[in-house]
Parts: sequence; C-alpha cells; structure tokens
Amino acid sequence: MGPYILKRLLLMIPVLLGITIISFGVMKLAPGDPVSVVTDLNPNMNKEAIERIRAYYGLDQPAYVQYAKWLKNMLMLDFGRSFAPDSRPVIDKIMERIPVTLLINILSMILILAVAIPLGVMSAVKQNSVFDKGTTVFVFVGFAIPTFWLALLLMILFGVKLEWLPISGLRSLTYAELSVPEKVLDLGKHLVLPVFVSSFGGLAGMSRYMRSNMLEVIRQDYITTARAKGLDERTVIFKHALRNALLPVITLLGLSVPGLIGGSVIFETIFAIPGMGQLFYQSVMSRDYPTVMGILVIGAVLTLVGNLLADVMYSVADPRIRAAG
Amino acid sequence: MTSTHGPIITILLVFLILTGCDQHKATTKDPSPKTETVTSIAETESEPAYGDMIIRGTIGDASVLLPVLANDASSFDITGLIFNGLVKYDKDIQLVGDLAEKWEIADDKLTIRFFLRKDVKWQDGQPFTTKDVEYTYKTYVNPKTPTAYATDFLKVKEFRVLDPYTFEVTYTEPYAPALTSWGQGMLPSHLLEGTEITESPLKRAPVGTGPYRFREWKTQEKIVVDSNHDYFEGRPYINRVLTRVIPDPATMFLELKAGRLDQMGLSPLQYTRQTNTKWFNENFRKYKYLAFGYTYLGYNLLDWKFKDKKVRQALTTAIDRDGIVKGVLLGLGEVAYTPYKPDTYWYNPNVKKWPYDPEKAKQMLAEAGWTDTDGDGILDKDGKPFKFTIITNQGNQLRERAATIIQRDLRRVGIRVKIRPIEWAAFLKNFIDRRNFEACLLGWGIGIDPSQIDIWNSKKTGERELNFITYVNPEVDTLLDQGAATYDREKRKEYYDRFQEIIAEDQPYTFLFVSYSLPIISARFHGIKPAPLGIGYNFDRWYVPKHLQKYHIAP
Repeated sequence: MGPYILKRLLLMIPVLLGITIISFGVMKLAPGDPVSVVTDLNPNMNKEAIERIRAYYGLDQPAYVQYAKWLKNMLMLDFGRSFAPDSRPVIDKIMERIPVTLLINILSMILILAVAIPLGVMSAVKQNSVFDKGTTVFVFVGFAIPTFWLALLLMILFGVKLEWLPISGLRSLTYAELSVPEKVLDLGKHLVLPVFVSSFGGLAGMSRYMRSNMLEVIRQDYITTARAKGLDERTVIFKHALRNALLPVITLLGLSVPGLIGGSVIFETIFAIPGMGQLFYQSVMSRDYPTVMGILVIGAVLTLVGNLLADVMYSVADPRIRAAG
Repeated sequence: MTSTHGPIITILLVFLILTGCDQHKATTKDPSPKTETVTSIAETESEPAYGDMIIRGTIGDASVLLPVLANDASSFDITGLIFNGLVKYDKDIQLVGDLAEKWEIADDKLTIRFFLRKDVKWQDGQPFTTKDVEYTYKTYVNPKTPTAYATDFLKVKEFRVLDPYTFEVTYTEPYAPALTSWGQGMLPSHLLEGTEITESPLKRAPVGTGPYRFREWKTQEKIVVDSNHDYFEGRPYINRVLTRVIPDPATMFLELKAGRLDQMGLSPLQYTRQTNTKWFNENFRKYKYLAFGYTYLGYNLLDWKFKDKKVRQALTTAIDRDGIVKGVLLGLGEVAYTPYKPDTYWYNPNVKKWPYDPEKAKQMLAEAGWTDTDGDGILDKDGKPFKFTIITNQGNQLRERAATIIQRDLRRVGIRVKIRPIEWAAFLKNFIDRRNFEACLLGWGIGIDPSQIDIWNSKKTGERELNFITYVNPEVDTLLDQGAATYDREKRKEYYDRFQEIIAEDQPYTFLFVSYSLPIISARFHGIKPAPLGIGYNFDRWYVPKHLQKYHIAP
C-alpha cells in the first residue's frame, strides 16, 4: 500500500503542472484583461495611466513570463495578490470564503446521503411499486425545479409570511452580542433554507444511483444464497445487500471532495451568502487572474487527492480489490 | 459586478465623492428641482434626536475603502461617509468648500490658492493640514499608484505648500474642471506616508475626516460605520450606518418587506406595482429624481451606412423614445436629447429633438438614397440592404429591452436590426476597442462638471479612448477646449449650449433616456430633503425622532 500511495502522489506532480498550464492558457485566451475591465470606457483614464496599471500587474510581459512568475511564487505556496482593486493576498480572499462554503456543502451532503440512501434502497426493494414511482417523481421534481425560484418561494413563505426563518445572509445583526448557544441557533436558522434548497436538487442523482446499485446487488447469487439460508428479509437487505451496494458510493464521495469548496453562484446570490461560488464568478468576470488560478489550483489538488482517497478507501472496504491489487 | 458596468459608474464616482454629507444652505436656485416626494403621510415635524441605525441594501460589496484606489460605486458609497474632499457640490449642484474654507483663482487663471479649514481633525485625533493634501496629491500622480483618477492631477505644473493651512497649485493652462478634481477624498499622510498604499491596512479599515468612522467590514456581507462625534460640521444624528450586501434584487426586496432593511433602490416595476400597499405607504417613503447618467445608441461613424448625418437624423426620428421610456422604464425616466442632465444648469433645452415620426423618417432616408428598390421590405442603397447589429453588454435588462423596441421601430421603416448582448470584458476588448461594431447601446454617467472632452474630442479616438464612435467635428473640438479653459459660468454655458446644438444636429448618438433613481426609505427617517443632487447630500442631518427609534446603538 505504502509504495502505491507514494507512486500515486509522485504522479500527481506532472498532472498538476499540466492542469495549471492549461488553466492559465485558457484563462489568457478569454478576451479582455483585468485592466481593461476597470479602465476601458472610463473617462478618467488616459492611455498613459492604462499602461501604468498594466505594467504594475506585469501584464505588459509575454504570457509565458507571467506564467513562470506565477509558478515560481506558487512553488513557495505564495498565491500572489489579487488584481481586483482591493489587491488583497489571494489566499486571504479564498480562506475567508472557505468555512461557510464547506459548512453548507458538508451539511447538504449529509442531508442528501441521509435521505437519498434510504429512498434508493426502498425504491429498489419495492421496485415498480407506487412508492418507487412516487419517489422517482419527487426526486426529479427536485432536480428540475430552478433553485432561485424555489428559494424565493420558501423565503416568501417562511421569511415574510410566517416569519419563522431569516430570509438571507448568515448571521443576525445582533450576532456579536449573542451567547454561544444562541449563536449556534442563529447560524442554524440562517442555514435551514440554503441547506434545504441546495440538497433538494442533489437527491435525484444519489437516490437513483443507490437504487440501481441495489437492484444490481439484489440479483446476485449470494443474495439468493442468503435468502435460501432462511435469513429474514431485513437481514438480507440491510446486512448483505446494502453493504455491497454502498461500495460505489465511496467513489462518488471521493469525487465530490473538490465540490466541497465549490459553490453555486445562483444559490449564493439569492441567499446573500459570501461563498466560493460568488468569489470565483466575480474573479472570472473581472479577469482577476491570480484569484482564478488560486481557486483552480486548490480545486485541482482536491480533485487529485479525492481520487486517491477514493481508491485507497475502496481497497480498504472491498477485499476483492485488495486481493487483485 | 452586475447591471451597471464601468461607464455609468465612472463619472458617477466624481459625483458620489462630492456628495459628502453636509448641511450647507442653498446659495442659488437656478435649476428648478424636478425632484418630487411621493408619500401618503404628511411629515410630522418633530425634534431631531441622536440615535438609531439605518440598514441599507446594496447589490455589490465595496472593493477597497481608500478613494484613490476605488473605482466602483459601492466603494464610493462608503468612502463618501468617511472621507472629505477640499470641495464638494451642495444640494443645488454648486461647488462649495468642504475641507477648504475658500479658494482664490489668480487673474491668469493658472494658479488656485486653497485655504483649509483649521478645525478639522482626522478620526484618530491628528489635525488635518496641507501636509495631508500634499501627500494625497503625490499619491495620485505617483506612477506606482494604480488609480483611475490621476489625469486631472497630472495637469498640475507645481504644487506649493505656503503654510499648514494654505497651498497653491499652478496649471500649465487654464483648466476649469481642476476645481472639481480637488473633491477627491483626502488621505491621512501620518498613517500612509512611506507605506505601499496598495498594501496598507487602511484599505479595509480607513481613517478619514468625515461624518462616519469605520467600524467593521465582513466581505460580501456588511460594512458598518459609526457616527463621528467630532465631525467638523457637527455630530451626525444617526448613530450607525449598516450596509448589507444582498446581490439579488428580489431577495433584497423580500428583506425590505420583512422589515429588515430601511433603504434600497427600487426597480421601476417594484416602484409602480409592488410598493403601493397600505403597509408600504405607512412604513416607507419613496423618492424619485433623475439619475446622473443617460443611455444612448451610438453609431460607428467609420461604417459607411452611418457616415451621412441625414441617415442618423432619420434613425432618431424613426425611434419611439417616449415608447422606450414607457415600455422599459414604466414611465420612470425622461427622454434624453443631449449629453447633459435635463434638470441641470448646463442643459440646453432648445436643441433639435427629432420627434418620433416614422413617415418622416422614411422620407429622410429616401433623401439620403435609401429606398426599397427590390420590393423585399428592406431599404437598400447601391444594392446593399440596410441591416445592422446593435451590440450591448450582457446582463443589463434595461438596455436589452430598449434595443428590442428599437428593433421593432426600425423594422417599420424598412431597416433590419439584430441584437447581440456580449459579456462585458469580451465586449470591450473584441468589439469596442477594435471598433468592430455597427451600433452599440450603452450608457454614460453625467459628470457634474460639464467638460466632455474625452467623449467628443476628435483627438480622443485612439485605441481604448472614449470617442470610440470616431466623431470628428472641429467646431466641437474648439468649443470643448474653450469650455474647459473658462472659469466664468455664464460664458462657459454659452460654449456648451452651442456644443449641444451641434451634437443634436449631428446625431452621432441617438440619445435615448435618463432614468430616475428610485430609493425607498423607512418612514421613521426624517429630514430627507430631495434636491437636484438627490437625497444623500444631507445624510448627516437625517434623524429619527426619539419615540420612533428602532435600534438601540450605544453612541
């Protein structure tokens, strides 16, 4: 196992390098640059001033020089400073967004798993029943509903009409004066709608996946054997079938590691949540190269690590793979 | 950034910077204020009282809180509360002193001597002196400062400090917009001198001389400022200003409805249809006044189709601009005829207006050689059909809708128009910068100073310059130069009046509309007095009577 992991880790280096080159290249291919977004059509800007600002950001140099500079800093884990007018270190901008993004994504992932796995299992066990069909309709409605529309309806109901929940944002205005349990409660109240809305759309994928895995497993010989042994249906389904059907979920979880720091622009915009989605969107729109690259690199590293973790976990969980490997 | 992009924002900045918070008495009243208060309850006069907090909604977060580095409206909205310039505009758009007590312009019109107020202190207690002004000036002209506002200061030939409260600036040529440029926020030299301004902590925790002092900034969440008790114009009544970032206008409106916001800007739809309930009438007041900006359809004058001014006049005549104001702005705006704001001193109402008349437009086009010779319903000339594409920036619904109405109107006179919305950065780089367009639908902010050299001068047609439609008229060049070199207001207006007549005759743009700003504010705030400059100019004199105060904020 040790040498295998080491080999995989070493392999990541060229892959990562390739990813950064492609990302940098694609970003440079997009028309416009961070300076023109700020200075074009600005009556206060003359050509001289524009050149000054371009030079300040090093944009007057050829792309490969810019890349080399960026890479050199990156090797020392220096993400550089943002090209946005705030000129803040990229790492600060990312770090202040990550906690809330992680929190919401982890909570909704837990909610998705907690609801989708039982739904999928029950659908498979009662294949083609009314429950199965009802579930299918329900999860696909969730998948199809536009997030922003559902979010607005829920805000009107729970925020304006019933006044049970806050409408947007993360904290009440009085947050600073609250005691710790009150703070948790306050944060929790603010998270109810965002977490619900963001998981609702994800139910379909996970429950369908679980259902087909389960159907696959139920047809296997060893399930027939288990039934033949006279085990009761509960034991057959939850002990023998479910554990095997859950295996591919590990891969899915591994693949969703990078998604944990990714956010959705629409959803964060609607709920006024200062997450990664908005940061990335704004950075791309203003051609803030260092921030875009920073987020892409972190995303790439997490993807690679997530894949490795999934593979390792898989072999830990599944003796068949261990034997073969 | 969403709907309003660069162009509108930029000139607005100057305006925002200059609308600090103040209570100067009106000096003159030349333009009739077109502002009107829409309210159903009479304002009961009551005693001003200190206290309470105002919660305002904004769709975009500030980017940096030092006026020299900022270039977006959200940042200037906050720095306007924290910083002062040497001069500012009062409610009637007259230039008055802010940190400067007075100024003298020498007879040769080249040197301005400023006398600073002696009672001004930075929010950390240090006195404000010419040292700060000198530092601010040097920062703006420093090549290492990435600022958008160096141009006016680079025209200064010499900067001389005479004593801690007096200084002189000398220009190479008389330059009337110079005075306005001293309205840029002054920076504290004792905190910034010798530091790299782009890395200064003051970017996110500024110290100014203004009515409010910085308290807290949570990125993309909120910015909080508290009243400055030592403000040289007196302590502001409202103890705290909390600006919440809510990127989605629909969500923001729900927050307003739930009573968690005190102020936001309404869309025309929200203004006319969604805020007329009893609850809104009791708890809020709506205001409307002309915004400092206009929307236009610009023709690329390098394109053969638009070279003839007769064609451009016909196009304007064919476009139902009242229909656009009604359809796009739901009537909450005015048709624009010149590049000046209709209720200001510089506006010339006596220009050719080219009223909507499709039949006349057809006739004018025929005179210019455009007729439908092959009977396909499209005008043609020299065998080429009259078809063109209007480009505009993606995400600005008002502009896209206006373009659609124009498309319909021009179809009626036999011209086929395509509309193409393009993402902002690509729009600038691939289309505007390269002159790669036929017509574009955009907006300009209207500066308070009437100088518009950058947009109309024939020398400003280079790459990345603002006369991207390549408008060339030597008389306009002369008039604009004369206007910029003249300090005398009346004399100056003559130049700009003539300039507007020529622009209206030439129609390089079809001027479309000036929209209204539509703020809605909780009825508990008193002392709001709409004026030509809007409502924000006396923000530090707004108050909540003691019995109406909602939030208890320790002073």
